[in-house]
Amino acid sequence: MIVLTGNDLKTGDVVWWDGAGWSADVNTAVDVGQEADTIALREDAACRVNVPYAIKAEHTSDGVRPAHIKDRIRALGPTVRMDLTRRPDDAGAQDWVI
Amino acid sequence: MYRYDRYDQEMVDARVAEFRDQVQRRIDGQMTDDQFKPLRLKNGLYLQLHAYMLRVAIPYGTLDSRQMRMLAHIARKYDRGYGHFTTRQNIQYNWIRLADTPDILADLATVEMHAIQTSGESIRNISADQYAGAAADEIMDPRPWAELLRQATTFHPEFSYLPRKFKIALIASAADRAALRWHDFALRIVKNAEGETGFQVYAGGGMGRTPFMAYEIRDFLPTQHIFSYVQAVLRVWNMHARRDNIHKQRMKILVHELGQEEFTRQVEAEFQHMLTLDTDFPQVEYDRIAEYFTPPPFEAGLTDRIEQSEPGFVAWADRQTAAHKMPGYAIVNISLKPVGEIPGDISAEQMEMIADLAERYSFDELRATHAQNLVLPHVRKQDLYAVWQGLVAAGLADANLDLVTDIIACPGLDYCSLANARSIPVAQQIAERFADPERQKDIGELKIKISGCINACGHHHAGQIGILGVDRKGTENYQLLLGGSGAEDASQAKITGPGFDEAGIVDAVERTIEQYRTLRNPGERFLDTYRRVGMEGFKEAIYG
Repeated sequence: MIVLTGNDLKTGDVVWWDGAGWSADVNTAVDVGQEADTIALREDAACRVNVPYAIKAEHTSDGVRPAHIKDRIRALGPTVRMDLTRRPDDAGAQDWVI
Repeated sequence: MYRYDRYDQEMVDARVAEFRDQVQRRIDGQMTDDQFKPLRLKNGLYLQLHAYMLRVAIPYGTLDSRQMRMLAHIARKYDRGYGHFTTRQNIQYNWIRLADTPDILADLATVEMHAIQTSGESIRNISADQYAGAAADEIMDPRPWAELLRQATTFHPEFSYLPRKFKIALIASAADRAALRWHDFALRIVKNAEGETGFQVYAGGGMGRTPFMAYEIRDFLPTQHIFSYVQAVLRVWNMHARRDNIHKQRMKILVHELGQEEFTRQVEAEFQHMLTLDTDFPQVEYDRIAEYFTPPPFEAGLTDRIEQSEPGFVAWADRQTAAHKMPGYAIVNISLKPVGEIPGDISAEQMEMIADLAERYSFDELRATHAQNLVLPHVRKQDLYAVWQGLVAAGLADANLDLVTDIIACPGLDYCSLANARSIPVAQQIAERFADPERQKDIGELKIKISGCINACGHHHAGQIGILGVDRKGTENYQLLLGGSGAEDASQAKITGPGFDEAGIVDAVERTIEQYRTLRNPGERFLDTYRRVGMEGFKEAIYG
């Protein structure tokens, strides 16, 4: 699947296109297919998000998993400060990234 | 230390007000990212993986307890309770909200700080010897010159849109604690045969994708002509720089394409022209700045004796202190590398504890080092035990300066949008592998430097052992380098061979170190042994 991601304009938080807006939860990301560029250009021009871009991801039993480690770290948070990630109490979160 | 006058304060306050308006226009949708990005970068605001990142300037690494407490306040109020000291003597915050940024800059301005010149194509925060004004081996305090250059170049229109960033370092001793030859432009204060003070000048150094060490382009420049000379260098670069190619914009590329002789010839010609324009500082201006750096009121007749009853303290004092120019005083290095922790990270509470120690025991002065540690520059030896106890309470009493666990590491892929691989976990695993203090002591001086991409913020080119993280088909991979130095014996590290995965690089580092222990002659540091036996002496041990 192709998903869109960027950073929230005001907070800088990592966000994912959920079909209607931007969400902080990667598992809400939808497959934008061929629409990636159109949506990204529109949202960027409207100043609703910072530097949106399309990435490859896959649906797994755990939810949406970006193909590249950089985007998995973006989805989770810094692997060296698990307390600051989106899954602070999940012992398996590190494995999900690596 | 330097204090803002009315003009400094007005300029910084005006800049905050200007940025407040720019931020609001961005939030209101009146500016695109392309329009806003160059404005935020001029105020030290980056967009990183998880959030905005604000890099705050600490000019030549000097700050006082009031400023350190403000840095703690910002960490607590606007970030997530911590900050990260960088390899350019700055501090950065990883979790900044855009809307908060003007308030943060306004808070910083109340303690004479800002984030200008920490990003963009500018003359970056000028770095200096962290022992400046205290070191037993310095000719004079180099910071008045750094401050003079800072004032002369900040907001100077000719230097506001440079081809690329420009990094300056300044020291005043034979020992190089500021990685002089890895800078675009570097100055060492020296005395000539007549006993006059001047600058030995280097140009064309830098790390990144194309590493070069700076050439010496002048062995003695009279101090009164420093500004003419800096302008001459910048003008030659500005004239020839490849603004069309981002990989060739740094001055190091020009210097090495023209060659030492031709670059120097052009600089000298431009320098002669600059002298006719009479733009150098009058002596009275130097004197005005230098007055701010008058030495603190050191006491005479102090004891040099150091408490010897507690082994932990003795080991710490032996490793973490350096010779001070005044009898009875010592320079204290505070390790921000507790084993297993993140190099350079420090909590708001730790910042406040260190600020308290500086206020009580070091004439209110602190320094940040390019090795991501801190310094209390002026501590009475009779107070060292109390300082150590304070550091123990803060969790910052590790005795590992310049040892295998005193690792420089960039934020890497855990935070940085440019990175290809994580640096911090590798640093943590190496530190844990060599945690035993006796093992560290036996290995001796060993500077490991780790970067998560070719931009080399972790100085891997200058690592006695360097590690470079790369992206290998979507997987983190680590190249091992040996033989670099950022000190007075500067050299560029060389790649050993094929890279390793995360676990493999830690094992490879251990094999490298064990081979050093096998090969070393008495008294040899790792770097000495490497230089004696060369890469071949290590390759088989590393790769089998």
